[in-house]
Amino acid sequence: MPMLHTVNKSPFERNTLDSCLRLAKKGSTILLIEDGVYAALEGTRVSDRIRQAMQEFRICVLEPDLEARGVADRVIEGIERVDYGGFVDLVAEHDAFQAWL
Amino acid sequence: MGGKVKRFMYVNRKAPYGTIYALEALEVVLIAAAFDQDVSLVFVDDGVYQLKKGQNTKGIDVKNFSPTYRALEGYDIEKLYVERESLEARGLTEEDLLVPVEVLSSEELRELMEQQDVVLSF
Amino acid sequence: MKFGILVNEGPYQHQAADTAYQFCKAALAKGHRIHRVFFYHDGVHNASKLTEPPQDDRHIVNRWIKLAEEHDIDLVVCVAAGLRRGLVEENLAPRFRISGLGQLIESGIQADRLVVFGD
Repeated sequence: MPMLHTVNKSPFERNTLDSCLRLAKKGSTILLIEDGVYAALEGTRVSDRIRQAMQEFRICVLEPDLEARGVADRVIEGIERVDYGGFVDLVAEHDAFQAWL
Repeated sequence: MGGKVKRFMYVNRKAPYGTIYALEALEVVLIAAAFDQDVSLVFVDDGVYQLKKGQNTKGIDVKNFSPTYRALEGYDIEKLYVERESLEARGLTEEDLLVPVEVLSSEELRELMEQQDVVLSF
Repeated sequence: MKFGILVNEGPYQHQAADTAYQFCKAALAKGHRIHRVFFYHDGVHNASKLTEPPQDDRHIVNRWIKLAEEHDIDLVVCVAAGLRRGLVEENLAPRFRISGLGQLIESGIQADRLVVFGD
């Protein structure tokens, strides 16, 4: 399995998600955590960009971070929801890990 | 320790001085040099500003650590990569940088990242 | 699988310390091993024994200590980052130890995955 990337910044505040999408290899997995979960939502300025990215990457989002922020009901269809155990599984099943800090 | 040599990549994405990440990332790299692993440094996004020539920190009374990048060669750290897109987006060219680097396209950098065992991003 | 963990941000200031802890707990529950948690940058403040959060909040420092005791995890605070921020032996919480950055590199070499949490 290729690399697992995490993005923890809101796409409305920082360019972290853009950099990850630009430099992650197609076919790798991107997990949105912490403020990064705002990128997973329907009806925003970046929704189309994420839907496009879903053609090239497996996109996952950390459910407890969605719930904490009150946005768990707005996730773009097709984005995979994982809990912390799922996060661990993703790290274990990919060959390498990169946190986009 | 023994065993195989791992490929370590240090990804620098933040500008110097505004936060401490650039300086403390450099401190990690200097220690890493002693471990006989395969080390490469990447500068993308605002990280490219770490390598800008002519840094003068007298006025802010903060240690200017930019000369350390020139000393890396002495630690056998010779693989420094800069993303062309990041340079261009900031109106910089290779001549603006204080140390020789290899400028890579996003495409080339993507391939290089994929080959790493351990990636530390600062 | 053997995980190494790097925590780069201070407790309460940033969610990184919480996410790292939840990750560790989930990994241990799944039978993985956490061989070391390394604290760097403002992450060194995760090791301050002077920490006293309000009663109704989580105690991040004690949470690390309990996890380390139950699962034999090496909690390492970077000496250089700690000195710079006044985190020294005198205010170091139990179970934590102060050591050099070499411990982080070694963790990257020995662990199957080095998982990083920060800003």
